[in-house]
Amino acid sequence: MRYLPLSEDDRAGMLARIGVSHVDELFADVPTHLLLKEPLDLPRRKGELDVARQLGRMAARNVAASSVPFFVGAGAYKHHVPATVDHLVQRSEFLTSYTPYQPEISQGTLQYLFEFQTQVALLTGMDVANASMYDGSTGTAEAVLMAHRVTRRKKAVLSGGLHPHYAEVVRTQSQLASDEVVTLDPDVGATEDILAQIDDTTSCVVVQTPDFFGNPRDLTAIAEKCHANGALLIAVFTEVISLAALKSPGAMGADIVVGEGQSIGNSLNFGGPYVGLFATRTKYVRQMPGRLCGETLDAEGRRGFVLTLSTREQHIRRDKATSNICTNSGLCALAFTIHMTLLGEAGLKRLARINHAHAVQLSGLLTGVKGVEVLNPTFFNEFTIRVPGKAVDVVEKLAAKGVLGGVPVSRVLPGKGLDDLIIVANTEVNTDEDRASFVAALKEVV
Amino acid sequence: MLNNQGRPTTPKDTGSAAHKTFTGNRGLQMEEALLFESGRLDVTGVDLDEPAPFVSRLGALERHDEIGLPGLSEPETMRHYVRLSQKNYAIDSGLYPLGSCTMKHNPRLNESMARLPGFADIHPLQPQSTVQGALALIEELAGWLMTLTNMEAVAMSPKAGAHGEYCGMAAIKAAIAAKGEGALRKVVLVPESAHGTNPATAAAIGFEVRSVPAGADGNVHPDAVRALMGPDVAAIMLTNPNTCGLFEREIVEIAQILHDGGGYFYCDGANFNAIVGKVRPGDLGIDAMHINLHKTFSTPHGGGGPGAGPVVLSSRLAPFAPVPFIKRDGDTFALVEDASGTQALGRLTAFHGQMGMFVRALSYILSHGADGLKQASEDAVLNANYVRARLADLMSLPFGNRPCMHEVLFDDTWLKDTGVTTLDFAKAMIDEGYHPMTMYFPLVVHGAMLIEPTESESLASLELFIMTLRDLAMSALRGETKRFEGAPFYAPRNRLDETRAARSPVLRWTKPAPIVEAKAAAE
Repeated sequence: MRYLPLSEDDRAGMLARIGVSHVDELFADVPTHLLLKEPLDLPRRKGELDVARQLGRMAARNVAASSVPFFVGAGAYKHHVPATVDHLVQRSEFLTSYTPYQPEISQGTLQYLFEFQTQVALLTGMDVANASMYDGSTGTAEAVLMAHRVTRRKKAVLSGGLHPHYAEVVRTQSQLASDEVVTLDPDVGATEDILAQIDDTTSCVVVQTPDFFGNPRDLTAIAEKCHANGALLIAVFTEVISLAALKSPGAMGADIVVGEGQSIGNSLNFGGPYVGLFATRTKYVRQMPGRLCGETLDAEGRRGFVLTLSTREQHIRRDKATSNICTNSGLCALAFTIHMTLLGEAGLKRLARINHAHAVQLSGLLTGVKGVEVLNPTFFNEFTIRVPGKAVDVVEKLAAKGVLGGVPVSRVLPGKGLDDLIIVANTEVNTDEDRASFVAALKEVV
Repeated sequence: MLNNQGRPTTPKDTGSAAHKTFTGNRGLQMEEALLFESGRLDVTGVDLDEPAPFVSRLGALERHDEIGLPGLSEPETMRHYVRLSQKNYAIDSGLYPLGSCTMKHNPRLNESMARLPGFADIHPLQPQSTVQGALALIEELAGWLMTLTNMEAVAMSPKAGAHGEYCGMAAIKAAIAAKGEGALRKVVLVPESAHGTNPATAAAIGFEVRSVPAGADGNVHPDAVRALMGPDVAAIMLTNPNTCGLFEREIVEIAQILHDGGGYFYCDGANFNAIVGKVRPGDLGIDAMHINLHKTFSTPHGGGGPGAGPVVLSSRLAPFAPVPFIKRDGDTFALVEDASGTQALGRLTAFHGQMGMFVRALSYILSHGADGLKQASEDAVLNANYVRARLADLMSLPFGNRPCMHEVLFDDTWLKDTGVTTLDFAKAMIDEGYHPMTMYFPLVVHGAMLIEPTESESLASLELFIMTLRDLAMSALRGETKRFEGAPFYAPRNRLDETRAARSPVLRWTKPAPIVEAKAAAE
């Protein structure tokens, strides 16, 4: 087996040196009748070529985003990632190292985490950010728990514009912890009256911007009402590039900003691994979940970085920890940091302008399709359209014509009577030809 | 000796006349500024054309302020992150005996498979008819995991080990509630030797944690469990093989006690890599167990994630698995994404889990096959026992010189009165070119040193490691404390001040005040 360096002679010699005659003597603590004598009835080892063939066949049964006109978003986005990013994240020293528990020989990881934390804090308009979460949805659930700790209250209010999967993750967690959740009805037009839900029992209000349906939301009044009632405002985003085009949640008064960072540096990966971004105000940092990297000095007075404030964490605090999280999304955070470094402020803002310009163009074209209505007055790079008939069927028919034309709202919000809505995303990867193909195909199927 | 151009080709022996360099660099070891010190706001390493003129639809919320994000050109970016990478220890560069973390070889075939556009470039919400191969892959991996563990079902969506624990314990809570015992069973038994994530998970789900004392032999004993068992107990969370590197030899009886008392058995599967193909957790009476794909099945640790933590479930818990799950009808696969109308405990993450990790894990599993997986477990156990046998005369084994599983646990009894601590010993290993073992964990022994060599090490590599530890150990026993105090001496940094970092946290870069203002502020 190519991954196992020991030879049969090595094994025999080692067993002798240990003082046993058969490797199963090392498994003596396993109940004898349960110790398997033969390998299980499963396929035997394979060479690289065979494995690559078998997996290649499976991969070939999927339609890759880059192979078709592609307009699918709703929480994960197709963007171009520069080749440099993937080359660097595959450096052995990044790819095959562990959590930086020994800082003297982990400064590479620690320094990029410090850079990552700074980039996220700047983007969100917050004071501090952690070293990443699993993804945006689990990060949102952790933000709600954090708000409960800060306010010592147990009731979260979720906007009807929050990504339905995110809302479901929060509800699942809250039910398990016996915390209260109020979820507002799906809010396609961003018209909900969330202010009416905030009172002095509210722990936090969770609002996504741009919301699930693509509407940018002004958080200022919500933040004011939250603060007047001693509650926290949690701002959520699923498209991190929007932060370069829209007022930052921090500037609008959010207390915790959490979201999905996949768009920068990371592939679609059928939903994971992704990278959750999590930022807050300095005064709440000790209630924050997840790993934190901090600056310090070594014994010679040189600057260096370490994991810090770990007294919040499970390996020290056990059942009193702020979260059970142990792993973060290190390598995805690195990909984010490198891509963001390549873009810089100038590149990021231009990328955001291109995304928005493309979406504006597409919205104009779709408005011209008979029976199709673009619902959003304002948007960043995705919006919701109403189609005649069932959105699920329309999307399937588009797929049959070789166009992946968006996400039917009913797929993620079943049973809500929203059967004729499609969420359509448009990024820098979409060309004029892609948009033309989309519009032509849509004309044929509606 | 001179070559034909008169240039000396044989160096003079100048001893170790180390001196401070102008740059702070030490040959190949480069000092590297922060991105925020070297980058500029107007520089970008990505060429993008401005879009044609358009009318903005951003409305009143358009951002006009400066964000403050510096950029670097592509060559500068490359150099910055390559230099940073060179400050990291990695499994690719040396033995990484971090107990409980399983730093084994990460095959690059897995990386290239995960990057096939058919896996990396598909969207979680594109029509299911366009991702049948992805669903087939998840089902194939799920099949292997169920067969290797002899369990009824597997929840694939948990994002990491601790998330898997959360999933398994949530399923247990749902099963208890379904039986109408939700108000009654509030207690979870957790051994003292458990990973910190276990009690943290139990508490997060609203359980009360009751600690099970460890026996003098490093095992959890049925009597200790029986004494704590009662109608209020929901479950036990037991790691097997445990964090002392030992197989819980009375695990079947412990499972029986839980089941007889109406409770469930959660197994922390972090150490599953020791027993794959040797014994099936389902045969031991386990109801739920997470599998760290990043440990047992070698998806790269990536400096702290991403991981993946699928959870295998017994028939008693299978109905409560979270959405999404896959239903198969012949060659067609359908994702069930809506929990309503099922007993599913809900949803634990957006989308469908760590697909990128699934591809890597399946690639690893197919490469090994059933025979290779068994061999890998045996080699991992063999290597750990070899280290044990070769060091037992110098270093102290808290539970006697008995066979261990894939990792061997020493304590610091043998260092008593040497002036050298576990921390010093670990840091001195860095100077010898090794990543230290896991130190001060598990908490049940004093000054723990937990060594997991993994099956990836050759005999020659193990021999050098053993000889190095023996040399260090004898040095400590001879009282040569200089080698240990202040170690590491040859790392990119020597010991870092963690107290300072925690007392006044600096968690991000901020623009330094101009010198004039800084002076004024100081005065």
